[in-house]
Amino acid sequence: MHAYLKLDHLDKSFTRGQATTEVLTDINLAVAQGEYVSIIGHSGCGKSTMLNIVAGLTPATRGGVLLEDREVNAPGPDRAVVFQNHSLLPWLTVYENVRLGVDKVFRSTKSRAERDAWVMHNLNLVQMAHARDKRPAEISGGMKQRVGIARALAMEPKVLLLDEPFGALDALTRAHLQDSVMALHQKLNNTVLMITHDVDEAVLLSDRIVMMTNGPSARIGEVLDVPLPHPRKRLELATNPIYLKCRQRVLEFLYERHRFVEAA
Amino acid sequence: MSMTALKTESSPPVPAASAPILTLSPKRPPRMEVLAKRGREAAARIVPPLIVVALLLVVWELLCRRAGATLPPPSRVIRETKDLILDPFFDNGGIDKGLFWHISASLKRVALGYSLAVVVGVALGTLVGQSIWAMRGLDPLFQVLRTIPPLAWLPLALAAFRDGQPSAIFVIFITSIWPIIINTAVGIRNIPQDYRNVAAVLQLNPLEFFAKVMIPSAAPYIFTGLRIGIGLSWLAIVAAEMLIGGVGIGFFIWDAWNSSHISEIILALVYVGIIGFVLDRLIALLASVVTRGTATN
Ligand SMILES: Nc1ncnc2c1ncn2[C@@H]1O[C@H](COP(=O)(O)OP(=O)(O)O)[C@@H](O)[C@H]1O
Ligand SMILES: [Mg+2]
Repeated sequence: MHAYLKLDHLDKSFTRGQATTEVLTDINLAVAQGEYVSIIGHSGCGKSTMLNIVAGLTPATRGGVLLEDREVNAPGPDRAVVFQNHSLLPWLTVYENVRLGVDKVFRSTKSRAERDAWVMHNLNLVQMAHARDKRPAEISGGMKQRVGIARALAMEPKVLLLDEPFGALDALTRAHLQDSVMALHQKLNNTVLMITHDVDEAVLLSDRIVMMTNGPSARIGEVLDVPLPHPRKRLELATNPIYLKCRQRVLEFLYERHRFVEAA
Repeated sequence: MSMTALKTESSPPVPAASAPILTLSPKRPPRMEVLAKRGREAAARIVPPLIVVALLLVVWELLCRRAGATLPPPSRVIRETKDLILDPFFDNGGIDKGLFWHISASLKRVALGYSLAVVVGVALGTLVGQSIWAMRGLDPLFQVLRTIPPLAWLPLALAAFRDGQPSAIFVIFITSIWPIIINTAVGIRNIPQDYRNVAAVLQLNPLEFFAKVMIPSAAPYIFTGLRIGIGLSWLAIVAAEMLIGGVGIGFFIWDAWNSSHISEIILALVYVGIIGFVLDRLIALLASVVTRGTATN
């Protein structure tokens, strides 16, 4: 498999004063173009840190990230991030939040009218065009997350990075949004790296699931292929033996072999 | 989807025939009632302070009416200052002008000094909030300088500028700049990491980051500084004008004292208070207009 995105021997430690904590150790991962990869692990094991390294927001201590065989170590719109808490700028409207990114990325390649149309196109993709003039405070959590996704998609990133994008949502809204993301991936075929702590979400959405061991010094414990064809239907999968087997594997990994040990 | 379906199912059916008449009345109560309600709310706010003011005036009147009172009672204040109140616009040349001219001269000085303080204060506050080294270098200096009383700067300013006008403006500037710097710096330091991350992913350049993220994000803090600043400016201008002379409400008060026109002093104090209040409200109004949507996140 040709690696579109490659995490190459990543180590990460944080130093605070005298104390150094090793968070990630020897992370190696190759992601193919168009692949949907989930990263699952217990809270605090270093998933966000790993995603932030790929995003260029946090420097790796050792090793590097390669995108299309070129090293990336600074943030940029080619690796758009959807943050857990949406991170929309509250003083801008829904439209302006998406437009901000579009104006940056397509300043010289699209005319004003084209950029406007592109913003609306992406808001339509996530079914948020109706709220274009609302401010983030005026829309629900699920809607904010949709706008966050639209903002990321509108930058036409090479890799879409999702940090627990549905973590703060209620179950119904989450299911709805998962379906939207699945449909979008089917349609646009982006390369996606998604963090989650929800086993069903991981199996439902991903082509591969990367399972992290517990920190400190977390590493990739196991990588599981999910050989289910797309498009996937939530209801049909509930009884699908492959789905159930994958789910079982992840559960075993998380709750038997790498049980989360509460800090004293 | 399912949510909307549930809602429509559970909402009770509306009788079609009676709908046009019946549904309107509870939604829009009669005009008179609305007006009456508004009136009651306004009265509830205005009446208590009016009562208190009236009571104070009565007490003051009683206290100062006696023979030998050093201050005039309100009735005499009004009698003696009637001309000043009724004609604020006269101009007999020199400093013999109506109160309007004195107040507008003071406001002009404040406007100049304060505007300078806003520009420089926000810029310095941004620097101190953004750069750890600028903070380490400048913050101790600011903490010392800001405790210097405004009027202590005046002699130094007079020595430097050799003129009253720029000196007064400088005093306003130096008085109002500290809260602006300090609050701006706090606001900048408190920009959520999330917004910085967004800016980093979008690769906003420093100027775009300043205009599109920093200033809006720090706006509530900046406006706190601006409000404290305008209050201090108005405090300082009256004192400074007493010393530099010329046209201005501060000098008007000083002049009235020198001519023993106590009633005029009292009238001027009322104006000074009201204008200080209006300035504060103006900045607060500006803040609520500008930070709309930011306060509630
Ligand atoms: N900036 C930082 N400085 C020091 N320690 C950090 C920093 N960011 C994260 N950590 C530590 O790294 C570990 C992993 O954090 P994180 O990546 O957020 O975990 P996860 O996203 O898997 O819940 C945690 O123990 C956390 O305390
Ligand atoms: Mg996390």
